[in-house]
Amino acid sequence: MNKFLSTGLGAAAISALPAIASAQDAVGMDQRINDIFAGATGWFVNLIFMSLPGTNFPWIVMWLVVAASVFTIYFGFVQFKAFGHAISLVKGDYSDPNDAGEVSHFQALTTALSGTVGLGNIAGVAVAVGIGGPGATFWMILAGLLGMASKFTECTLGVKYRNEYPDGTVSGGPMYYMTKGFKERGLPMGGFLAVVFSIFTIGGALGGGNMFQANQAHAQISGIVGDYPGWITGIIFAAVVFAVIVGGIKSIAQVTEKVVPFMGILYVAAALVILIVEYDKIGWAFGQIFDGAFTGLGVAGGFVGALIQGFKRAAFSNEAGVGSAAIAHSAVRTKEPVTEGIVSLLEPFIDTVVICTMTALVITISGVLVMDPATGQFVLNEAGTSIKTIDGSSGVQLTSAAFATGFSWFPYVLAVAVILFAFSTMISWSYYGLKAWTYLVGEGKNKEIVFKVIFCFFIIVGAAANLGAVIDFSDAMIFAMAVVNITALYFLMPIVKREMNSYFSRLKSGELKKFIK
Amino acid sequence: MTTSTIVVGLDGGEAGNRALAFATAQAKLIGDCTLKLVYVIEWSPFSFQTPEENEQRHVRREEELSLARERIMEPALKKAAEDGISVNGIVKHGDVADILDDIAKESKAQQIVVGRVGLRGLKERMFGGVTGRLAVASSVPVTIIP
Repeated sequence: MNKFLSTGLGAAAISALPAIASAQDAVGMDQRINDIFAGATGWFVNLIFMSLPGTNFPWIVMWLVVAASVFTIYFGFVQFKAFGHAISLVKGDYSDPNDAGEVSHFQALTTALSGTVGLGNIAGVAVAVGIGGPGATFWMILAGLLGMASKFTECTLGVKYRNEYPDGTVSGGPMYYMTKGFKERGLPMGGFLAVVFSIFTIGGALGGGNMFQANQAHAQISGIVGDYPGWITGIIFAAVVFAVIVGGIKSIAQVTEKVVPFMGILYVAAALVILIVEYDKIGWAFGQIFDGAFTGLGVAGGFVGALIQGFKRAAFSNEAGVGSAAIAHSAVRTKEPVTEGIVSLLEPFIDTVVICTMTALVITISGVLVMDPATGQFVLNEAGTSIKTIDGSSGVQLTSAAFATGFSWFPYVLAVAVILFAFSTMISWSYYGLKAWTYLVGEGKNKEIVFKVIFCFFIIVGAAANLGAVIDFSDAMIFAMAVVNITALYFLMPIVKREMNSYFSRLKSGELKKFIK
Repeated sequence: MTTSTIVVGLDGGEAGNRALAFATAQAKLIGDCTLKLVYVIEWSPFSFQTPEENEQRHVRREEELSLARERIMEPALKKAAEDGISVNGIVKHGDVADILDDIAKESKAQQIVVGRVGLRGLKERMFGGVTGRLAVASSVPVTIIP
């Protein structure tokens, strides 16, 4: 499988999957589903992850990076200019006290973050550094910084064109700015784009936002308690998710929403402690990151390999340009859509520039990557596909091993974190999928329940089976969302620019003031 | 300002009623005195929410406000008015101690009156710890009714 996923997050899954499969009685069945699915969808997966002619650089990654660069320049490096203002907004300095009790900027941001912070930050980075070497980190950070502009664009539009219903609930997301925004600009095809986007979103929600998460969570659990059939994990997860999204048992979701940020903080804190203890190596690690970014330091594919891996993992981790964040951010209470765009640019920063970099530094410093002391170059594994690691692990296991050099108990915490991150990602994506679903079939309790039940069913499928092709397809779906979404963003970016200029000029003139508490 | 103002914290329970009764008696003694009844729905902009909760937040907020007005504020206002006291009420989301103090400052109140809940307060969410924080941080005198 020379596809995006086999070199990506999936490497971790694939290493764990044979064990799961052997514990299954339904291997034959899985295989059949796999074959049928691969036959029907393979062309689509290949199309999305096709390399640019004469390179092994997937065009979709180029698409995301070019878009992020265009938005960065078009909006005058808004991610740096408005960074301080973003923090001020999140602190609530500009929130009207009379809106107390409404969704705050902080809540919109953390809700969106709990959908993106997860396996991408733990497993994805390990894969990137394992294949592309520490130099991949440089490109990952760059892609993260550029991606902030994409988020800014899509989230501003998400709030501006959201639907507010008579009952007071709100629905937002790319499908709404595609239809309403295109209409406003007198452009055709808005409705068509919205339908295509919704279909891809449902696919992405069931795949990357669900089956892949369930699969990885099971791999983590069985890695600790020993091997057992995946459907058991699947049913437990499905039952809990069902209780939350169908049963409306908010307490479970609320507990997760409180524990997940705590896990994120714990993860970063643990990384910081390791870095502080090994502070004398930090300079060396950054040296590795910069040297590796341009020379490759002997990793698979040289510096191009580092670049591709860095860009890929950043895109997968922070979802900038995919459109999912526009759905998550749109519930905020604000009179100025731009404010939520500005807040949202913190998301790739926290996700990629901070958390992913922490993971990469810990892996680099911990010495789990085998280096030839004579040449200072990394040693490749026998297959020559990635850097040799001290225990032969990759993905989550590699991150786990790296953190274990600092804290022997950390793999257990990491396992809990992975499970919780997987759970919160599922909850978030069930919502994104639902929004796309109701956009297509219409709102209504029964219609919603149909989707929610399908969603829970796919959790069991994802945890139980080795459905490489299904997961490939779903990942392709998430990136296909970006194709449609970014197309729309190009057409709508003048609207964002107008909003942005108006907002900043009013801020400068003092028309918009801080509320003094 | 000739009229004196007393801010009264309600909690929808006994403690709030005691605070109201005390404040009513005080207002009668003072004569020219307005009671400002405040009911705060505990809420923090820095809590973590699911996307679904965010979507429905606006509706829930309206529901919370109208329920609080109907069940807690209206009866209290009526009672005070029956006692011949000049009275008005505010229902708000936020941190109880902060909001009581803010309103006291805004309306240049002479004092804040709150009821002490005691051990039950742990469950009642409202005045558990609030009295203590008010006593420490408020900018006007605080009377705590046992």
